[in-house]
Amino acid sequence: MDGEELTEQETALYDRQIRVWGADAQRRLSKSHILISGLKGTVIEFCKNIVLAGVGSVTLNDDRIVTEELLSANFLIPSDENVYSGKTLAELCCDSLKDFNPMVRVSVEKGGSCFHNLLCRELSNFHVDFFNKFDAVVISSCSLLTKKTVNEMCRKLLKRTAFYTVDCRDSCGEIFVDLQNYIYSKKKGDETVECLLEYPSFEEAVSVPWRSLPRRVSKLYLAMRVIEKFEELEGRIPGETSAADLLNVQKLRKELCDTHSVDESQIPDALLERLLEGTREFPPVCAIVGGILGQEVIKAISGKGDPLKNFFFFDATDGKGIIEDIHKQKAEG
Amino acid sequence: MASEQQLSAIKGAKVLMVGAGGIGCELLKTLALSGFKDIHIIDMDTIEVSNLNRQFLFRQSHVGQSKAKVAREAVLKFRPHISITPYHANVKDPDFNVDFFKQFNVVLNGLDNLDARRHVNRLCLAAGVPLVESGTTGFLGQVTVHVKGRSECYECQPKPAPKTYPVCTITSTPSKFVHCIVWAKDLLFVKLFGDKNQENDLNVRSSDASSSSQQVEDAFERGKDEDIEQYGRRVYDHVFGYNIELALSNEETWKNRNRPRPIYMKDVIPIELIHRNGNQVKSSVDGDSSSVSAMSSLGLKNPQDLWSLKENSTIFLEALKLFFLKREKEIGNLCFDKDDQLAVEFVTAAANIRASSFGIPLHSLFEAKGIAGNIVHAVATTNAIIAGLIVIEAIKVLQNDIKNYRMTYCLEHPTRKMLLMPVEPFEPNKSCYVCSETPLTLEINTNRSKLRDLVDKIVKSKLGMSLPLIMHGSDLLYEVGDDLDKDEVANYAANLEKVLSGLPPPVMGGTILTVEDLQQELKCSINIKHREEFDEEKEPDGMILSGWTQPPAVEKNGKTSIDNGESTSSASQATSLETEVDDDLQIIPVQTGKKRKFLDIASSDNLSVTKETKIKRKAEEIDGNKDFVMLDDENSENSKKKGEQ
Repeated sequence: MDGEELTEQETALYDRQIRVWGADAQRRLSKSHILISGLKGTVIEFCKNIVLAGVGSVTLNDDRIVTEELLSANFLIPSDENVYSGKTLAELCCDSLKDFNPMVRVSVEKGGSCFHNLLCRELSNFHVDFFNKFDAVVISSCSLLTKKTVNEMCRKLLKRTAFYTVDCRDSCGEIFVDLQNYIYSKKKGDETVECLLEYPSFEEAVSVPWRSLPRRVSKLYLAMRVIEKFEELEGRIPGETSAADLLNVQKLRKELCDTHSVDESQIPDALLERLLEGTREFPPVCAIVGGILGQEVIKAISGKGDPLKNFFFFDATDGKGIIEDIHKQKAEG
Repeated sequence: MASEQQLSAIKGAKVLMVGAGGIGCELLKTLALSGFKDIHIIDMDTIEVSNLNRQFLFRQSHVGQSKAKVAREAVLKFRPHISITPYHANVKDPDFNVDFFKQFNVVLNGLDNLDARRHVNRLCLAAGVPLVESGTTGFLGQVTVHVKGRSECYECQPKPAPKTYPVCTITSTPSKFVHCIVWAKDLLFVKLFGDKNQENDLNVRSSDASSSSQQVEDAFERGKDEDIEQYGRRVYDHVFGYNIELALSNEETWKNRNRPRPIYMKDVIPIELIHRNGNQVKSSVDGDSSSVSAMSSLGLKNPQDLWSLKENSTIFLEALKLFFLKREKEIGNLCFDKDDQLAVEFVTAAANIRASSFGIPLHSLFEAKGIAGNIVHAVATTNAIIAGLIVIEAIKVLQNDIKNYRMTYCLEHPTRKMLLMPVEPFEPNKSCYVCSETPLTLEINTNRSKLRDLVDKIVKSKLGMSLPLIMHGSDLLYEVGDDLDKDEVANYAANLEKVLSGLPPPVMGGTILTVEDLQQELKCSINIKHREEFDEEKEPDGMILSGWTQPPAVEKNGKTSIDNGESTSSASQATSLETEVDDDLQIIPVQTGKKRKFLDIASSDNLSVTKETKIKRKAEEIDGNKDFVMLDDENSENSKKKGEQ
């Protein structure tokens, strides 16, 4: 790309991964800029993965003050209160991520995410131009509205900006990917063929009627939609739920299932209960979901490999990592 | 979030991690975050620059230090109140015996070679400690659980045999670039810079009896006052010109093959140019000898560039000169090392010149280094995912949650919508010589093979024993250990040089030998069958062991192959003397219809000094059986599955 060569230092450091994705991909990675908002365990894993991979820059956004719970799955911040007094989560993570790979610029962008102010529209406060700088935007611990708004902003930009959301609850994780119209080359035997993938936005995807979802769609998909809706209706901070909410969530489930004419058994009580209760993260799941997300962002930036379309689910209780392709059927217009 | 029961199982557990590399760093971090409080970690390696792209607990300033120790320090920074005990040692050290293993609730492997994996498997079986095993290469990975009596052991499934090439393919009829690499690295490099006494098939066997072997040997000796320039040209012309002419004279060989083209230095680089290069060498002689590089002294920068025949020839000559001018003391003792820049340059150039001669496409230094060094492709993300899966299995093992044990495959391309595919563990293989007591059969010429051959080729290499003891009835034939007296040592040394039928008591057809490794607490019987003749090419060991984990017939099936990238396929066929292999991977199943298919992808095992090789991609098919549980309930038309919730 642009004929620029990797430096000797880069070739030595990235030797093993260049053997996986090639020098071109490595060059593209080193010129990419990533925005990351909401720094809980899964996202911390993701940050580590792409900083190691050697992206050009990483911009961190999370103004929360460090709490014990926020650190439960965080390996970036030393366990020393003196170090973190007064600094935000993003500032603390920034310091140690820089250390992981001196070739990656890591910085903090303040504002936007006021997680404790329910009225604030969080990230969506940033102007569209702000997102223009980035090749990929990854957000986590966000409300349904923020997901939709930020996704729409990414879609309005002149250049294609990949959009991802990721959330982990209990021992489950969900990734959503929007690459808009994505063209990539794929090896078929000895030939290289061009493939086009058309992604729906988050809003389009989640408004697909449940009756027209893929057969045997992951139960997690449905359960996450119920909880997301519940948090929105109740004005909750994303992830702040408990077992006490089960009754109300069951009511909402019935309403939604009735609207979509699907059987309530598609969203088992046990699953809802786990998702409501398990707000503290499970580090092995953070590692797995953060690993898959890292791989996907690397694929999208480097143009190497089949990117997933458009949801990924992992549940440690059955151990399956499943891809679901959820989009409007063409026939329905 | 972990449940209360999970948390208490985690808190009370004492775990052993073997390996603090790619998977190890991720695993130690995830264990610590998950609440594990007592972790022991063994790794003999020190940190290298090429580790830093994924082994995130290490920094540039740690290069050269113990992985186990630095990993511990790094994790204690964010989890200061847990206990991590590092051992900068080889897991095969006798200190790590069965009693050592018995203190742990579970053993977690993040290893890079077959040899150590087999060793740990045996110790876990002997100590009765569950083992969670893992491996990755590129975007592929797997985690398996091995619990004695409950699931198969690591060695129940056949491990693919190391790839070797027929001698004549390497010496006379190369058809792939890897053949040229093997020739350049294992023959030419060794001949010029390595152990002169080592047997070496470099010279084409000539049908012409008049060229005495003495003459041929002289071709590689540098004359007393011979100009280095002239010597280099002479070697070049001998191996790329004269030897090819000699091979061409054997018409029979070329009936169905493309005839190679002899290459002489004068045709590639005019003599005046060579002299100019000679001057360049002199100017580069003053640098630091550890960073000597033919590329940099010739102004070639990008290791990914493809060099022309002329450039390769210049590098060849330059590298050879630099060895003699700057590293003369090492000549005679050099072994190829993928981290030795000059050696990689020499081997790349020599392999490319040979490739030109045989009409084989040339490769860049970067690619040649990967093939010659058996470098495994590794990324942080796969290791992180695999480490997460290991911890999930480890927690199940600690809770004795047997029915939920899974082996999980991390795939590059989704199979039935899955990127992470769990499969129920298999039952132990009843005829596994490691975890059951099945006798082995060895066909051997008892009048010709020495005890040494049996020890090296079978007991150590195939059975993977490190401190073996061999008995014939109640008579000890051979034993290794620190506590032997002088007479015993002398006696066993003498036995090694005797043919089997000449041993006291003689070993002949019908004899049953008992072979035992006291450290691994593994014992097996070998039935000896005498056989007179062996095929030199097909049975180069001169003996055949059966009844062990012999790979079943291989069926190459296009549909089952996972495209693992072009560079992998070439690397997966390389032979190598020594390899740094990071995280290897054994089997990936791909299920279609009723069959379960296994793929061995670039499985790579580092058997240190012996001439072991990387494994060719193979696909084998095993009929679906009722022990196998299909995990997706989509294919309901499939009668040989049962649903799993």
